Amino acid sequence: MTGAPAVTRPETGAQGEAGFGIYLHWPFCRSKCPYCDFNSHVREAVDQDRWRAALLADLAHAAEKSGPREVTSVFFGGGTPSLMPPETVAALIEKIDALWGLAPGTEITLEANPTSAEAESFAGFARAGVNRLSLGVQALGDEALKFLGRQHTAAEALGALELARAAFPRISFDLIYARPGQSLAAWQAELAEALALGPEHISLYQLTIEEGTVFHGAWRRGELRLPEEEAAAALFEATAGQLEDAGLPAYEISNHARPGAQCRHNLTYWRYGDYVGVGPGAHGRLTFGGTKQATREHRAPEAWLDLVERQGHGWRQVEAVTPEQRLAEMVMMGLRLTEGISRAALARELQGAPEELLPVERLQRLSGEGYLEVDETGLRATAAGRQRLDALLGYLLA
Amino acid sequence: MTDLSHIRNFAIIAHIDHGKSTLADRLIQLCGGLSDREMKEQVLDSMELERERGITIKAQTVRLSFTAQDGETYELNLIDTPGHVDFSYEVSRSLAACEGSLLLVDASQGVEAQTLANVYLAIDNDHEIIPVLNKVDLPAAEPERVKEQIEEVIGIDASDALEISAKTGKGVAEVLEALVKRLPPPKGDAAAPLKAMLVDSWYDSYLGVIALVRVIDGKLTPGMKIRMMGSGATHLVDKVGAFTPKMVNLKELGPGELGFINASIKSVADCNVGDTITDERRLADKPLPGFKPSVPVVFCGLFPVDAADYEDLRDSLSKLALNDSSFQYEAESSAALGFGFRCGFLGLLHLEIVQERLEREFDLDLVTTAPSVVYKIHMTNGQMIELHNPADMPDVVKIDHIEEPWIKATILVPDEFLGPILKLCEDRRGEQVDLTYAGSRAMLVYRLPLNEVVFDFYDRLKSVSRGYASFDYQIEEYRESELVKVSILVNQEPVDSLAIIVHRGQAETRGRMLCERLKDLIPRQLFKIAIQAAIGGKVIARETISALRKDVTAKCYGGDVSRKRKLLEKQKAGKKRMRNIGNVEIPQSAFLAALKMSDN
Repeated sequence: MTGAPAVTRPETGAQGEAGFGIYLHWPFCRSKCPYCDFNSHVREAVDQDRWRAALLADLAHAAEKSGPREVTSVFFGGGTPSLMPPETVAALIEKIDALWGLAPGTEITLEANPTSAEAESFAGFARAGVNRLSLGVQALGDEALKFLGRQHTAAEALGALELARAAFPRISFDLIYARPGQSLAAWQAELAEALALGPEHISLYQLTIEEGTVFHGAWRRGELRLPEEEAAAALFEATAGQLEDAGLPAYEISNHARPGAQCRHNLTYWRYGDYVGVGPGAHGRLTFGGTKQATREHRAPEAWLDLVERQGHGWRQVEAVTPEQRLAEMVMMGLRLTEGISRAALARELQGAPEELLPVERLQRLSGEGYLEVDETGLRATAAGRQRLDALLGYLLA
Repeated sequence: MTDLSHIRNFAIIAHIDHGKSTLADRLIQLCGGLSDREMKEQVLDSMELERERGITIKAQTVRLSFTAQDGETYELNLIDTPGHVDFSYEVSRSLAACEGSLLLVDASQGVEAQTLANVYLAIDNDHEIIPVLNKVDLPAAEPERVKEQIEEVIGIDASDALEISAKTGKGVAEVLEALVKRLPPPKGDAAAPLKAMLVDSWYDSYLGVIALVRVIDGKLTPGMKIRMMGSGATHLVDKVGAFTPKMVNLKELGPGELGFINASIKSVADCNVGDTITDERRLADKPLPGFKPSVPVVFCGLFPVDAADYEDLRDSLSKLALNDSSFQYEAESSAALGFGFRCGFLGLLHLEIVQERLEREFDLDLVTTAPSVVYKIHMTNGQMIELHNPADMPDVVKIDHIEEPWIKATILVPDEFLGPILKLCEDRRGEQVDLTYAGSRAMLVYRLPLNEVVFDFYDRLKSVSRGYASFDYQIEEYRESELVKVSILVNQEPVDSLAIIVHRGQAETRGRMLCERLKDLIPRQLFKIAIQAAIGGKVIARETISALRKDVTAKCYGGDVSRKRKLLEKQKAGKKRMRNIGNVEIPQSAFLAALKMSDN
């Protein structure tokens, strides 16, 4: 793919198209972070040729299944995709263009760690066609970074951000908050510092203890304590207010953007569009044979590689998604978005209206309590509802 | 058939742990009833539960053949009695089948309350009582002090009490000798029409119902058609016999003898303890005195934790009832707990035993509601209703007055704990009847409302006396009382299974306690939850569970959809165990815990 990087602005209204995204998973990291339960692995060496060939083959297989579709976004996630050789990224983007066709300006995101080593590849990624970089900054203080097991300092992260700005038209970065011992005031100061960097998009995640992580063990032993519900709620509410004031309102639970700067790719997930998942452990939702199918690739990197080389693709499981499951998935993803779920999208996916598909008395109770809005355009969770979304979903769907 | 002069029938009266079963085992061993190899420890307590708790639930008998110093061989029938007051009627029937008792007392512990009640029952049955001090070889044994206590507290002569160690066998032969010499032989007329008392019955999966009988007059033989004089039922006798303790078939059972009959009896409900058995073709003129059907005094609801176990519970209850004619049950449904059964018991121990057997032998997880006594509700229209379930309490405006059962409780306790026990009894609306001392032990007699006793009294008693107090009671009378029903409401909707009937003076404390507990047990939800305790329309306590403030997964992208959806599906399956009350989904475990705590 060639051409000058152009900023695309996805449609944002409730009528926004779900789109069709391609996700590629690069499972390798330099080191494993103590909070992360993603499918990531530390390896001494990676056979780059074999990996590139396997990912290309897997893409070709996905295209065969999907048939011709207009790709609205590409996303390199991981793991640490900024450890990929830029030539591999280039080859994969070219392949996607060849298989489906890539319109100029299509959003192509790559996740990167803000270390100086990785920053050296930024220009190469941009040349390959990446036009949006998502930086895992995570914190703006060195102590916090150390606690989170990150390999970079705050200064390094700011340097990487500078370089990224020069290379990519669109930038986002992540921060992790509600860390043990972090006061509301300290977080607000850190956030103000982050906002002073002028991001157009920012992802703010409250620290969660996931099973199988180093933090989980420490938490179970009582060595690590997260803020209680009240404190976590206060942090969440203050964050929403501060970002709103800064002109980056939440468009999803943890994602904030200037109008028009939302991540096109992630919107596809939340709007329950189709997406291809390529690479170890990648999940997809792909309509073929007349039905939406849930696809899952083999999780272990080496086994995935072997599988692709043997059978030509990495699919481990393919399952038709039943209407009931589609309803649950669409509602639980869609209500994460501030825009909610449009009646049109529900009708398209499930041939019904909210009042037909969901228990009316529960919709009414949630509305009465101020957690949900149901109107002529669709249904959406209010700020209060989004803050309690897991319980809301349990009430509505379980 | 053994000649009357060569028969002795006896029971052993003892407190838990005072060595009754061990003594019985030694007696069986000495008389050669079982070889050493066959001898399992504590042969008579056959149910696993009995063995574990060291108490006898079902009476059993054993026939011993003993050659005394006079050279004659005697038939000694030991009838094992339930050791707990819940079964006092069963005990009284067992005792009525004997002429004497061994009063077995631990020489290091002394007389306990339960022993006292049973020994009075034996005295009422004109028993010759032989005091036996057990565990005299223990360093802590104080035989002289215990003899004094027997004389003071019970009022019988203990000067010729036997001193034994059932564990080592010391003095056990003298016990057998004393039975022959000191107990009177039974009386009876072999030629008279059959008159036998039904002492106990149980269901054997091979033989059907086995009835334990004591023949008074006449003979019981296989092939005979018998009539139960109380129920009027007739049955054909298949087998008669005795336990040695092995089951041995005999040609006949004569006057004075104890043994079993196996007739084509389908259910133990046809075999009422205390009923008189006679010959259908040659009827006795009148039945034996003292027969009364057993009446449950404590009721509670039993619900399966998993609604799918309802049928299993029903089957298990019917199997239990086969063996326990005093246990009653009927179907009940509760908004909070689903479908279950309202069950009636002879007392708290009986309740606990049934509950444990259901959980253990039948592998059921159960929710038990707070035990309730039987209230007599006198309506303004003159009608009287017996209320077994607080949830069924009629509208107060239609009630003229309510009566509740009172008990007479006997408590024996080392005097250092007397203070807190007096306070406990006073707090529970008790009226002191008597307070006497025997050495350093106090014997306290109180009248108490039974409903105060079913609510954690026994546990409190044990805790304030560090386990040293022993307790026994008898139901005495019904008395009018100012009782109210306290309802627990979740978002204005009553939770039927948590309703309690209490004295007005305690309503607020108990109501507040239940509200506070529920507040801790019900997890915060999307919506605010009001928990109230109320008497009729009047709220007496209130707690609020505020709505949860934050509950959301931070990250949810394309790779998380399947996992997250499966979590929701799991949650949905888990909701089968939730109860919806006042629009609040409440985990059944919360009710369970609330109920558990209310009996602690």
